[in-house]
Amino acid sequence: MPKLIKNRAIVEDDFVLVTTIEEGADAPEGNVILPVQYYLDNRDALASRDNVAVWLESDQPAELLNDIHQEVAFIAVNFPKFADGRGYSYARLIRERMNYTGELRAIGDVLLDQLHFMARCGFDSFAVREDTDIEEALTGFEAFRYSYQAANDNPSPLFRKRLG
Amino acid sequence: MYVYDEYDHAIIQDRVKQYRDQTRRYFEGKLSEEEFLPLRLQNGLYVQRMAPMLRVAVPYGMLASKQIRKLAEIARKYDKGYAHFSTRQNLQFNWPELADVPDILQELADVEMHAVQTSGNCIRNTTTDQFAGVCTGEVEDPRPYCEIIRQWSTFHPEFAFLPRKFKIAVNANTESDRSATDVHDISLHLVKNAEGKTGFRVVVGGGLGRTPIIGSAIRDYLPAEDLLTYLEAIIRVYNQKGNRLNKYKARIKILVKALTPAKFAELVEEEWSHIKDSDSKLTPELLEKMKSYFTEPAYEALEDNSPEFEAKLAESKGFANWVNRNVAQHKKPGYAIATLSIKRPGHAPGDVTDVQLDKIADLADQYSFGEARTTHEQNIVLADVKKSDLFAVWEAAKEAGFATPNLGLLTDMICCPGGDYCALANAKSIPVADEIMRRFDDLDYLHDLGDLDLNISGCMNACGHHHVGNIGILGVDKKGEEFYQISLGGDSGKLNTTAIGKILGPSFKRDEVVDVLDKILNIYVENRQEDELFIDTFKRIGMEVFKERVYAKAN
Repeated sequence: MPKLIKNRAIVEDDFVLVTTIEEGADAPEGNVILPVQYYLDNRDALASRDNVAVWLESDQPAELLNDIHQEVAFIAVNFPKFADGRGYSYARLIRERMNYTGELRAIGDVLLDQLHFMARCGFDSFAVREDTDIEEALTGFEAFRYSYQAANDNPSPLFRKRLG
Repeated sequence: MYVYDEYDHAIIQDRVKQYRDQTRRYFEGKLSEEEFLPLRLQNGLYVQRMAPMLRVAVPYGMLASKQIRKLAEIARKYDKGYAHFSTRQNLQFNWPELADVPDILQELADVEMHAVQTSGNCIRNTTTDQFAGVCTGEVEDPRPYCEIIRQWSTFHPEFAFLPRKFKIAVNANTESDRSATDVHDISLHLVKNAEGKTGFRVVVGGGLGRTPIIGSAIRDYLPAEDLLTYLEAIIRVYNQKGNRLNKYKARIKILVKALTPAKFAELVEEEWSHIKDSDSKLTPELLEKMKSYFTEPAYEALEDNSPEFEAKLAESKGFANWVNRNVAQHKKPGYAIATLSIKRPGHAPGDVTDVQLDKIADLADQYSFGEARTTHEQNIVLADVKKSDLFAVWEAAKEAGFATPNLGLLTDMICCPGGDYCALANAKSIPVADEIMRRFDDLDYLHDLGDLDLNISGCMNACGHHHVGNIGILGVDKKGEEFYQISLGGDSGKLNTTAIGKILGPSFKRDEVVDVLDKILNIYVENRQEDELFIDTFKRIGMEVFKERVYAKAN
């Protein structure tokens, strides 16, 4: 089973990512991460299942999750390329605007050097890219002791701490 | 000047450590070229034609003498004894070894400097008026706000992978705009509202490059306390909606244009409404604290008139010329702002040697409270010189080779490194600049021509800001051969008159450029009315007159 970083530990990933699914086709059984649009189109049939997560593509607005984030197993946001930074804003909106407290997973082109930024924006689980050394990737969270600006991990910017 | 505390030190030291590890993983093959690229770029490291180029951040242009000496040392130790001032007030080294960069960063960190976000698709160095805090006509000193922006933007986790590079400039002067503010992704103009409270007029979507656009105001007054939350709202909208498929359409200016400024403003206001009262709202205490870093140095109470200064002016024409051109009025009586011109024949505009850097540090220590500033026009400013010391400064500057009295004149040109160094360039720019400097070396003629911005870029990326030069020269590639396109009528430097130049016509071969420039200047001289500047004559008589004369002979 593939590995995953979750809450700063390496765990087994027991969900299967479904990248495409034909319109009208049934969702696979078992633990699955479905495209968000497919979930929205088949919400009635899927809402009763407790083993369905959804994933958002980087060119889809985070607002698609507005009504469903409370009923899915977790939310994943795709980074089709590590240089595509839309997912960082989505994570903050999902956490801070939708007040989502469940698992938020980064999938796709997820590399060591992004983990610190991703974690600060609200991701707590990371399906690091297959060819990444997952043990070494754990060091990515330790890049900085302090941060100047507020983010999801700390809503209070450093200047407030400095002022005491 | 801002001084690091334990947090700033920790953040920059952690960055050095992180970058050392990234470099190690790159050399071990654990990071591919493609993966290493944005990481090194966010640390100012390009891989250029000759060698890597390291761009060191000079936040809002401020340098302490010990920092200047460190830069000189780095130029000696890791480079070929040269450094280059860029139009974003930064400083570049052209010959460092990739493997040495972590050590260079460590040396920089030791003097509270870094190369964070000087390149890459992230928020770049915030620039401002090099005369900030010492000039007349200022609403308020913009530097505390620049430092607040610097800290907020440093390793901003949400905005490390934007669609494109992102540049912010702050202007606080009601008469001038010395940092080409309105051709930035975000330009902030300090203003006071009816109650006398400080805030910003917020302009977005300016930029040069392939599609030059002057920014649009999306808010006439933003209270100063809301600076960071509003910036966050703007960039969050851009991060989500900016074009990521085509790099030429990825700048915020294209998004603002496509949506219309009004619609863009609406999206920003909506976003902002959710975060405006968050903890990122600035407090009066923070604003006061930040301002305390930029308080006045220990000025002496002086008469504005200095008899020694007046005597030297009368005695030496060379000194008088220099004062007339390179010295600006200071807000304090008896003090002056002196600009050291880095432009001279045989040297690329903006290039300084390690020896010159050391000299600048000495002059700063001796005459200007140990500080100097870099400028958008690639020069160096000693901001707090006593008038009675100006003659001594001039003599020392002359000896060091940066006393050319050409500030604002034709030969004080902005010029990118071009094809000699830059891997992106279509054509060389330094030799063109050099030929111009050699041809127009008659100072009397240059002074007679008066204020004239000549800007040269070696490619469409417009690092030399050719679009906003009164005369702009752009290197273009035609089937592998270098050509140069000339534009006229660009303008920057004053408030609310920023303009993009118009193309004169078909481009020229390199050996034709100087002659064409000569013709353009002759047309101006023949047509100008009393004391009329080039740009004003151009506006009055229009492009056709220039076009007809310049291309007449060729036909």
